[in-house]
Parts: sequence; structure tokens; C-alpha cells
Amino acid sequence: MNLILLIEQLLNGLQFGVMLFLMAAGLTLIFGVMGLINLAHGSLYMVGAFAAAAVAAATGSFTLALIASLAAAALAGVIVEIVVIRRLYDRDHLDQVLATFALILIFSEGTRWVFGSFPLYLDVPAALSGAVALPFGINYPAYRLAIIGFGLLVALAMYLLITRTRIGMRIRAGESDREMIGALGVNISVLYTAVFALGAALAGFAGALVGAIQSVQVGMGEPVLILAFVTIVIGGIGSIRGAFVGAVLVGLTDTMGRVLLPVLFGTFMDPSSATAVGAALASMSIYILMAAVLLIKPTGLYGSA
Amino acid sequence: MRREPLINALIVVGLLAVPLWAYMADEPYVITLTTKVVILALAGVGLNLALGLGGLVSLGHAMFFGIGGYAAGILASHAQSYDPIMEWPFLIEGTQSMPVIWLLAIVVSALVALATGALSLRTSGVYFIMITLAFGQMFYYFTISWPAYGGEDGLSIYVRDHFPGLNTLDPIQFYGLCFVILLLALFVVARLARSGFGLALNAARQNEARVRAVGIEPYRLRLMAFIISGAITGLAGALYADLNRFVSPTMFSWQTSGEIMVFVILGGVARLFGPVAGAALFILLEEVLGGLSEYWHIYLGALLLIVVLFARGGLIGLLAGQGKGDDDD
Amino acid sequence: MTDAILDIRGISKSFGALKASDDVSLDLRAGEIHALIGPNGAGKSTLIAQIAGSLKPDTGEVWLEGRNVTLDGPVARAQAGLGRTFQISSLAMEDTVLQNAVLGALGARHRAPGLWRPVMKQADLRDTAMAALSEVGLDEFAHFRTADLSHGQRRQLEVAVALTLKPHVFLMDEPMAGLGADGSALLVNFLHGLKSRAPILLVEHDMDAVFQLADRISVLVYGRIIATGTPDEIRANSQVREAYLGEEDDA
Repeated sequence: MNLILLIEQLLNGLQFGVMLFLMAAGLTLIFGVMGLINLAHGSLYMVGAFAAAAVAAATGSFTLALIASLAAAALAGVIVEIVVIRRLYDRDHLDQVLATFALILIFSEGTRWVFGSFPLYLDVPAALSGAVALPFGINYPAYRLAIIGFGLLVALAMYLLITRTRIGMRIRAGESDREMIGALGVNISVLYTAVFALGAALAGFAGALVGAIQSVQVGMGEPVLILAFVTIVIGGIGSIRGAFVGAVLVGLTDTMGRVLLPVLFGTFMDPSSATAVGAALASMSIYILMAAVLLIKPTGLYGSA
Repeated sequence: MRREPLINALIVVGLLAVPLWAYMADEPYVITLTTKVVILALAGVGLNLALGLGGLVSLGHAMFFGIGGYAAGILASHAQSYDPIMEWPFLIEGTQSMPVIWLLAIVVSALVALATGALSLRTSGVYFIMITLAFGQMFYYFTISWPAYGGEDGLSIYVRDHFPGLNTLDPIQFYGLCFVILLLALFVVARLARSGFGLALNAARQNEARVRAVGIEPYRLRLMAFIISGAITGLAGALYADLNRFVSPTMFSWQTSGEIMVFVILGGVARLFGPVAGAALFILLEEVLGGLSEYWHIYLGALLLIVVLFARGGLIGLLAGQGKGDDDD
Repeated sequence: MTDAILDIRGISKSFGALKASDDVSLDLRAGEIHALIGPNGAGKSTLIAQIAGSLKPDTGEVWLEGRNVTLDGPVARAQAGLGRTFQISSLAMEDTVLQNAVLGALGARHRAPGLWRPVMKQADLRDTAMAALSEVGLDEFAHFRTADLSHGQRRQLEVAVALTLKPHVFLMDEPMAGLGADGSALLVNFLHGLKSRAPILLVEHDMDAVFQLADRISVLVYGRIIATGTPDEIRANSQVREAYLGEEDDA
């Protein structure tokens, strides 16, 4: 195994982690502030990807596509919040799970109805389609590097939003005490809609960014959603910092597991079974990571009891 | 006025009458459909024990359904190819005998439920939901990437497994077998619900501190409930494999977990026959709406939303009314 | 000191800078009612949680019948003979009154609940449960859904469930709260008779009831016990009057 390949894979893991963070940040924020578990978060990711693909196909502009993904997912988020989600804040988790599962069905089939079952493709913008030369003679795709940059930027912006702004203060207050923030005269339902829309926009943005690497298709959101859940469980529900650390951990574990485990098993097994066992184990690695964290800290790395 | 027992009796009569009619009228498809209802209901009966009685919102029950399915698929595939599962340290051969397959499905599901439950029950609420979902997904990806048993393509069971004294290839006989198992499972769950275990489990769902204060540990009750629940759903998976004569990683998918939960909710949570009514309604909708529109899941989603937001007792709750407080039995 | 059934030895608990329990020592002897009083925010809830086992003290020990139970959780302490009632009724609201009482009787068996035999048909459990219900005057309501009980009746059921445990020590957290004058008077009578079966650590806001019932009173202020003594001693204690009863006089 050479060093260059290893560094490339590390970057891939980081890129994957950053993308997971965009999903997990919204989920954890929505859970932290409103106490809602939202299974339809993956649908908002899909909405963002489809909006981006459609706008890119119509206009040829990737920038417009990204803006469309943010707008479409935020809009879908606002509508869903007003029509369904706000009726669920006072319900138990079972009702939330079921109602948002119902939303997945509606979103997925609705999208299939509009766009058909075939995947759409979103091209990487020309400006970012090449590779960037990094130190040690590494050539790494510019687009993936851009995703990492974007993600870190969003993480920083989220951090500043929550710690430095008035709305962030309200979000933190809402997290600790719903009644108090109501008493302060903040319009709580507008705040909740805004937080939900923010989470939705982040998910849609992630969907668009990833859509250019993978294909855009119905059902693309749920596997990512479940990985985002694993991320949150590891990081601790409600913690943005936990979401970030969890996302990077999951991204790196998954990517490096796929690369390293077959090699590891290859040192004492024949190549074909090493590949099989390594791949099978790698597919389980993040769940094993999750189980290990739970054993040590049931509320996650940054979770409070 | 207790209408629920009457509704339950009607459901049983329906499950007897429909296949009998189909048998007379020579409509094997209807028998197969009813068999599907009964098997999916069984999976729901398993989940309902954890969900309805224990309040454990498990979104990972597909893992047991899949384990049961693969227990059937793997044993049958070895039997079909006369290739033993292992020869050392002792010989284990494949089999097409249903009782052996069921036993394996139950035991392995129970063991996996023990391991995953012991971990996930250390947490509660939304953590539990996410973790069970994640464990289910782990099995899904594992079956996809493990090439020995078909990987993504799944496994075929060329000839349906056997049951002593029955011709399982005959739809009505296979149906009868599944129906009896469902009744047995319902009986077991009814007994569990009325036992001391059931009383304490149900109380722990409502008020954990109360149960602790009388000296009973909720964790153990829940783990036991999760194990039995997983075993029942695992058995359903083994039957489902034989119904389709095919298993694939889809059995492990999160959609399967979601659908099992939907049966329970559509029928009515914590109602003994809720999953049966729910599975029947689900298959009926699939047939009727599925015939009308390719995109019938939209309507299913809308219906589910309505049930969750406005009709929380599900179908049986709607028909039987609320108020199930009784302690005479 | 051998007759202390429940012995709390110098327990302290802090949350950050706040000392919720500050070197609290308290004992409960056979046949007595020991009342714990204190203004809101004195740290009563924190202290109860540590006695019941749901919270671990930072330092200090809890002894129950000569056994150190400091590290035991609420389940083990219930099994060791601690019967508690909750300040906010903590019952299975969807179940019937009888089912709640049977749950207590089931817990008192000290073994894992059975999986097969119908619990409501077991005569021993039913008898224990019905006996406890009739003691608190709820036998006519046995088949009511608990959620349909009045607030006062739920308080009575709390006590009944504790009775089914046949505990060696009662820990009662404001059993009179919201009972009204008649209800309080009945419960005062009842507790007076109960203390000979097992001593009661009574946390209560109703001062009339406390001074009527208690053999000894401890006063908790800012996490510290400032005085322990007979009702007369407490009445006469100037520190207590200043810190606590003074407020009552103004009211």
C-alpha cells in the first residue's frame, strides 16, 4: 500500500464525512431544538439533488443548480413543517417516526412520478472537473476538494450562527427551555419553521453536491440518512460539535475500512477470500464503531445524559 | 361493551373463509395472497410485542425477518447442492425440513436480538430508534457484500421446504401451516401480555420509575421482550422465504422494517390482532391501489399520515373504540 | 445507634457550584415518623433521590437495616425493603387501579415476573393488592382505569402500591399534596397507624400534618440539616424560626 493512495483515501474519507455532516447537522439541530426525529430528512436530500439536476439540465449552470437545491429543499422543508411536522412536536417518537416514514413514501413516489425511475446525472462544473496537484505528487479531484472546503465552511458558519448570533441564541434557548423562549416573546413557531428550513437546506445542498459524484435517483436519501443517524448516535444527539466529529469519524472509518481491511486480511488469507471477508467486515465497520461508542458512552461522545 | 373480541373473531373467520373460498373457486393466487397476509401479520405480531406492550420503537425488525429468511435459504441451498455447511469440528448438513429451519431461524434471531438489544436498550427514546435502524442496515450491507450466499442477487429455494405429513407445494396446505403458526404466536403473545412479565413490561412503558420502585428492573423485561419479539419475526422471515422460494438482502432493508411497523400501526398498536388487521389492510391496499396506480405508495403514505395524525387507534381502534382497561383476565 | 433502620451518613451532592446536599446525616428508627421539612429549593428532591437510589451521592453513605446500600440502584433498594411514594403520582395510568397494586405485589416477590401464568388470576397477588387497596379506601375503585381517578385517589394509590411491597421503611414524598383538608386528615390517621408496621421518612409541606404526626423533625435549608428534634424542640428552635417558620408567620 503506498502512501499516496492512503492520503487520497484519507481525503475521500474526509469528503464523505463532510457530506455526512451536512445531513447530520440538520438532523441534530432539529432534534435538539424541536425534539423531533425526522426520517424524511433523506427525502429533502433527494429533493435538493433532483432540483439541482433539473436546473443544471435546463440552464447548464452549476451555480444556479446549487442555489436551486438550497431553495427547493428549504421550500419543501417549510411546506412539510407547516402541513405535517408542527403537529408532531408534542407527539411521542413513534408518531414522529411513522408520520415522517409516510412522508418518505410520498416524497419518493412523488419524485418517481415526476422524474421517472431512471437516474439523472449532474455534471461536475467545468471549472472543478480537473485534478489539483497537492504536495507529495498527489493529484486529487478538484471537485471533491471543493466539497471538503464547502463543508468546512458550512461547519464554521453553523458554529458562528449558534454561538455568535441572536438567532443562534434563540436556538440554544429553545434547546434548553421551550417555555422560556416563548415567554421572551420570540415567535416560537416561526423559529421552528426557520430551523427546520435551515436543516432542510443543508440536506438539499448535500444532495446536490453528492449528486455530481454519484447518480441522482429516488431512494438516494435513505442510506445517507441512516449513516447520518449513526453519526449522531456517535457524536451525541443535539450537539453540532458531536455531529462534526461523528461525521468525520464515520467517513474515515468507512472509507479506510474498505481500503485497508482487504489488505489486512490479505496478509494471512488467499486474495479472493481476503477481499470477500474484508469487504464484508468493512461494510459493518461503522456499525461496530457505533456499538463500541455506545458501550463506553451510551449518550454519544458529546451527548449529555 | 367490548367489541374487540368480536372483531378478532371476525378476523379469524375471514382468514379461514377467504382461502377456503379461493380453494373451492380454484383461485390459487388469492390463497397465496392470504398466505402473505398471514406471514406478514406474524412478523407484525413479533414487533407488536416490543412496540405495543414494551414501547420499544424498533426500526430494525427487518434484521430478524432477514435472518429467518436466510436461515431457510442457506439451509435449503446446502441441502439442494448436497454440500455440507461445515465438516469440522462436526458435520452440519443443509436441510429442507421446515421444523429444523424454523428452530434455527428462532434461535439465531433470538441470539441476535440478545446482542443488539443488550446494546441498544442501554439507551432509550430516539437513540433506540436510530440504533435499531442502524443495526438493521448493518445486516443489509453485510448480506450484500458477503458473496457466499448470492450477495446482492439473493438465494433461490428451488423446491419449497418440507413439513412432515403435508404437501407444502399445495398452496392451501402451506397456508394452513402458516395460519396455525400465526394462531400459536397470537396465543403465546396473549399469554405473555397477561402474565406478570406482560404487566410489568407494559407498566414500564407507561412509567419506568414506578416499575423500578417496586423492585423490578425494566431493562431485563425489555431485553426479554425484544428477544421474543425478534424470534417471532425471525420465524415469519423463514416462512416468507418459503412462500417466495427466494431470499434477498431486501428482506433486511429499512423499508421492510418500516413496513412491518406500518402493519402494526394501521391495525392498531398494542391490540392483539392489530398486526393481523394491518397486514390484511396493507395487502388489500397493495392489490387495489397498486392496480390503479403504479405510484400507490403515495396513497399509502397519505393514509398512514391520516392514521397517525387523526386516528391513532388504527383500524381496530376505529372499529372497537377506545378504552381497553380490563383486568378480569 | 443499632435501632436506626435507615441511616444516612454525611452525604453530599453538588451540581457544579451548587451544593444540593451538604453533609446530610439523618436516621430513621423503628416505630417512628421522621419528617423532613424545608423551604422550596432546600434540596429535598435531591436528598430523596439519593435515599431512593436514583442518584448517587458524591460522598457519604446510605445504610438500610445495617447494610450499606450506597451503591445500589432503586431496584435493589426496593428489594432491600424501601417502599417509596412519589411526589408526582407515578403510576401506570392506562392500567386499572388493581393492576397497579398487583404490580407492587409482583415486585414484592423478589423474583423475575413469570412469563406464562395470567398475573391477575393469581390469588396471592390479588389478595395482597386488594388488602392494600382497602386499607387506603380504594377497594371500590379497583377496576377503574387509573387515569380516571381523582388527584387525591391517585395519591392514595401511591400509598397502596407502597403497602403491597411490605417494606421495612417507607419513604413518602409529599403524600398530602393536593389532598384537601378531609383527605389530609384521613391520611394523617392512617400514617399514624402505619408507623408501627414500618417507620416512615415523611417529606411534607403540610405543616399541620407534620407537627401532628412526626415523632422527630429535621429541617433542611440550603442542602444542610439545620436542626433535628421533637416537634416541640423544632418549634422552639430560633434558627428554624428564622430560616423557615418565620416565613409562615408572615404569610
